[in-house]
Formats: sequence, C-alpha cells, structure tokens
Amino acid sequence: MIRIDNVSKAFGGLQAVRGVSFEVAQGSITGLIGPNGAGKSSLFNIVAGLFPPSSGRVLLDGHDITGLPPHKLFHRGLVRTFQIPHEFSRMTVRENLMVVPPGQSGENLFKTWLRWDKVKQQDSEVLDRVDDVLKFLEITHVADELAGNLSGGQKKLLDLGRTMMTDAKMVLLDEPGAGVNRTLLGKIREAILRLNRERGYTFCVIEHDMDLISALCEPVHVMADGELIASGSMEALRQNEEVREAYLGGGASGRMGETARQPSTDEGEPS
Amino acid sequence: MELSGIASYLISFLTFAGVYAVLALGLNMQWGFTGQFNIGIAGFFAVGAYTSAILTTPSSPAYLGGFGMPFLVGLAGAVIASTLLGVIVGLITARLRTDYLAIASIGIAEMVRLFVKNEDWLTNGVRGIAGIERPFADTLLDSPLTYLVIVALFVAGVYFLVERAYASPWGRVLRAIRENEPATAAAGKSIAGFRLQAFVLGSAIMGLGGGLYAHFFGFLSPEAFMPLYGTFLVWVMLIAGGSGNNRGAILGAVLVWGVWSGTELLTGMLPSEHATQGAALRVLLIGVLLQVILVTRPEGVLPEKPPRLIARKR
Ligand SMILES: Nc1ncnc2c1ncn2[C@@H]1O[C@H](COP(=O)(O)OP(=O)(O)O)[C@@H](O)[C@H]1O
Ligand SMILES: [Mg+2]
Repeated sequence: MIRIDNVSKAFGGLQAVRGVSFEVAQGSITGLIGPNGAGKSSLFNIVAGLFPPSSGRVLLDGHDITGLPPHKLFHRGLVRTFQIPHEFSRMTVRENLMVVPPGQSGENLFKTWLRWDKVKQQDSEVLDRVDDVLKFLEITHVADELAGNLSGGQKKLLDLGRTMMTDAKMVLLDEPGAGVNRTLLGKIREAILRLNRERGYTFCVIEHDMDLISALCEPVHVMADGELIASGSMEALRQNEEVREAYLGGGASGRMGETARQPSTDEGEPS
Repeated sequence: MELSGIASYLISFLTFAGVYAVLALGLNMQWGFTGQFNIGIAGFFAVGAYTSAILTTPSSPAYLGGFGMPFLVGLAGAVIASTLLGVIVGLITARLRTDYLAIASIGIAEMVRLFVKNEDWLTNGVRGIAGIERPFADTLLDSPLTYLVIVALFVAGVYFLVERAYASPWGRVLRAIRENEPATAAAGKSIAGFRLQAFVLGSAIMGLGGGLYAHFFGFLSPEAFMPLYGTFLVWVMLIAGGSGNNRGAILGAVLVWGVWSGTELLTGMLPSEHATQGAALRVLLIGVLLQVILVTRPEGVLPEKPPRLIARKR
C-alpha cells in the first residue's frame, strides 16, 4: 500500500532520517518503534506531505506521492494523527468531527447562500456519522464541550475519531496511546483493531507502549538515530541484540508488558 | 440642544455606526473567523469609497468621471473594486504566514492612501471629491433618516450573509484553519483556497462600507483614510464587541463609535488652543478603553459561541 523508498531528511545539519526503506502492506497494522528522536515522526510527516524528504520517494498504491500536500493525500485515502493532539480548541467536539467529511456542498460559499436546504440536509447526514463515531469512542457525553477543554487522553481519542470521519485507506497514528490512561488505551486498541477488521483500514502506528504494539502490530520496524535498524515480528525483535541495546532495554527484561525505555514525552514534534 | 437637533445628531451617529459595523463585519470574516491579521482596512475602505464616488458624481474636469451613475451601481462598483484588491493581496499572501499578511496589508493601505493623494487625475488628490449625493437626491424621500434606513438594511443584509456563512460547513473550515492549520490540511481542506475566499469576502464587505460612507458624508479626501479612522477604530470595535461574533462586531461598532463621538463632544468644549491635544487625548482614551476591555473581558462584550447546529439529528 505504502512504499517508503530510501527516504532521508535533514533539518539544517541534523540528519533526522537516513535512507529508510520499508513497505506497509495492504490490510496490515504495521508498527514503528524506536527511542525519542529516532526520526519516526519526521518520517510520518514526510509520508503525510507536511514537508518533502531531502531525498527518496514515497509511493501510495504504486503512485509517486512524494511532496504532495496533505490535503491532496487525504483525498487519496491517506489520513494521519499527530503526536501532540491537534484539536480545534474553540470548536465543539462534534464540530471537530464535522469538519472532516469530504465533498460537503456547504463548503461552497455560494451554495450556503443559495442552496441552504441542501446544505442543511447534508449536514444532518454528517451528524449521523458523527454520532456513530462518538458512540464508538464512548465520548458522546462531551460532544458539546469545546475540544480545548478535553483531557489529553480524550483529545487523542478525538484525533483518532477524525480519521474515522472519512473512508480512509491508510491511517498513520503517531503515538495514539501517549498520555492516555489504561482504560482509554484499551479503547484505542480496540478501535484500531475494529477499523482494521471491519472497515479494512491499513495502519502504521508509532507507539511506545509495547503491550499495544505486541497485541496489534505485525510486522514492526525499529528506527534509531534516523536509521531503520530492524524489522520483524515483535517476538523476533525481542531477541535482537541491537534492538534491545538501542530501545527495548538491555538485560534480561524486555518482556511483554513493558513500556520501552524512553517513555514518550510531550514534545518531540514541532508543530 | 432642541429636540430636532438631538434627533439629527442621533441619526448621523447611527449612520456612522452602521458604516463602521459593516467594516467590523468584514474584519470579523478575516480575523474573527479565519485568524487573518489585516491591518490595512483603510485601504479597502478607501477603494470602495472612491470607486462609488467616481461612478456616481456628475462629470467633473478635475478627476476621472464622474460618471453620474445611480447609487446602487456605485456600491456595486465599490464591492467589485475592493474584491479585486482583495484577490491581489490575498493571492500574494495566502500561502504566507499570517504575520506577513499584516505587513503586506498595512503596506497596501498606505499605498492606496498615497495613490489617492497624489493621482489628481483620478481622485482630485488632496482637494478631494465633493458633492457625492445620497440616493433619492432631489426627491421627497431624500433625508438623513432615509439614508439611515438604507444603511441599516445593508448592515442587516451583510449580517445575514456572514452569519449564515459562519454557521455553514464553509465557516467551520475557516474556524478550523484558525485553530489548527496542519490538522485542517490533514482533514483534506485546501488552506490557501479557503483563506483566500475569506479574505476576499472580507475585503468586499469593507469596500461596501466605503461606498456607504461616501454617500453619507458626501465628501472624500485622503485624510479620511488615515490608519486611525480606517483601521485602528475598526479593530477596537471588533475586539471590544467580541471577535468571532457577528453580533459582537455590530455592537462593538455602536459602543466604540459612541465613546469616540462622545469624546469629541468633550474635547469640543476645550478652548481652541488645546484642540490638537484634545485630538490626541481622544486616541489615548480609546487606547485605554481597549486595555480595560482586554483585561476585564478579553473575549469582548459578546464572546464567540459555536454556532447552533444547522441541522438537527433525525
Ligand atoms: N521540523 C523540524 N525542524 C527541525 N528539527 C526537527 C524537526 N522535526 C524533527 N526534528 C528533529 O529531528 C529529530 C527526529 O525527531 P522525530 O522525528 O520527532 O523523532 P521521534 O518521533 O522518533 O521521536 C529530532 O532531533 C528532532 O529534534
Ligand atoms: Mg515522535
């Protein structure tokens, strides 16, 4: 579905991504792990069109999408969430979701003035979809809150919810579990799984919670210092010396149930 | 003051406030909805005013035209001319960060003012354009009160259009852009496109305000389009009234225009040798008013509220 082909990115003198290549297979939930500063978010931002790579290409279903802007990628079925939640603060939770669906005729100013009935009717269809998503994520009770007032975990859910407001093919999730409590995390995990099974979304997930990664992701790619250092099942990666050294923590541990050495912090993604 | 004096003062006061309300609604479209920092309102105001004046005044050897056309044609011209200016400025700045828009807009406004001042053939320069008539001139209907009603109708019409735009999916995207650009782009919206539309619509509304002003005041000169009157007051109005709230923009125009003309009455009582200090004092008072509002009601008298849903769930 997505092929990352020898992608590099330098910020000034800082080499954030160095010649990374891998594929995200259709229908998979692919994991991307590695210590903070490894270049994972930078790689996502390149794939999602936030900035172009210094070199290398990105292919979506065989088409070169390198450097296409985010709004065009959206219409090709690629959506993403951000490491730091990107909610629309002074809009209600419901409005946050209503922004997303493509092809709303009410986004045409003249239609809002001249075809108000049609615009209203379409908006009520959008609302139905919003209700489903709110229910699915169990955040119906905060539907009319301003999104800026939500907890960090709820904002993460809302970000995920926005990806559910369109018929996406490929979803990039940047640390969906960061700052989220155990119960919410379980909900997110279930949401990803159901979207994958029921709607056929393909996922690529960055996450520090090894529980979530082990439970959902196959294969998993490991980045450190801008490079891809290993790929495979989580089981195999636990046996990999280099991976344990760089990320999972040396010694005898690195068991299931551990959170990897560097817990995610609140920074790391300049916005 | 006798009763008719008070009435005519009130009519003139409200007409001015109405003209400013139109400008504030235009700014609300740009800043309140979309977060675009336009500090060159005076430029769009001036373009609208002069366009309508040139189109409607009787032919004059001193400047281009006039073309002696009807009032509504003048206003349409005002809207078209300011729309074009909005497209030009918008296209140049739509892809840039909003602080560049601030710099570009103030530059454009000053260019417009200097152009108006120096291009005598077009605008009669510092001598200005006089004799701009009200609609229905020389008929029984012609009166300041009629014109107030006309201005009020335009305020109501603009209010209706922008309020609907605000509540629509279109307005939702603008607010999303204001709140978070990367997330709006990730949701498939072309930021530059929506931004340009909002900027142009705001500019068109400001041009309409200019046209309404010209026919009210009857005389235009570059002096009227100094940043103080054309830009600063409008900003104070929007922020005092409630940025992001169309009713707030209108209320702010009335309140701030009230304070502004009230202080004129006060400084008018000063002995004439203190006239210049008096003028500076008025600006200072408005500045203090702005500070007080920002401290006590940072979101304005009528803070922004998310619009009511336009469609209720079935
Ligand atoms: N827009 C940017 N400008 C400058 N440096 C950046 C930018 N984005 C990321 N970086 C740097 O690139 C490196 C990789 O960061 P990032 O991709 O966020 O890592 P990860 O997501 O794996 O924690 C870090 O050193 C970070 O500071
Ligand atoms: Mg990151």
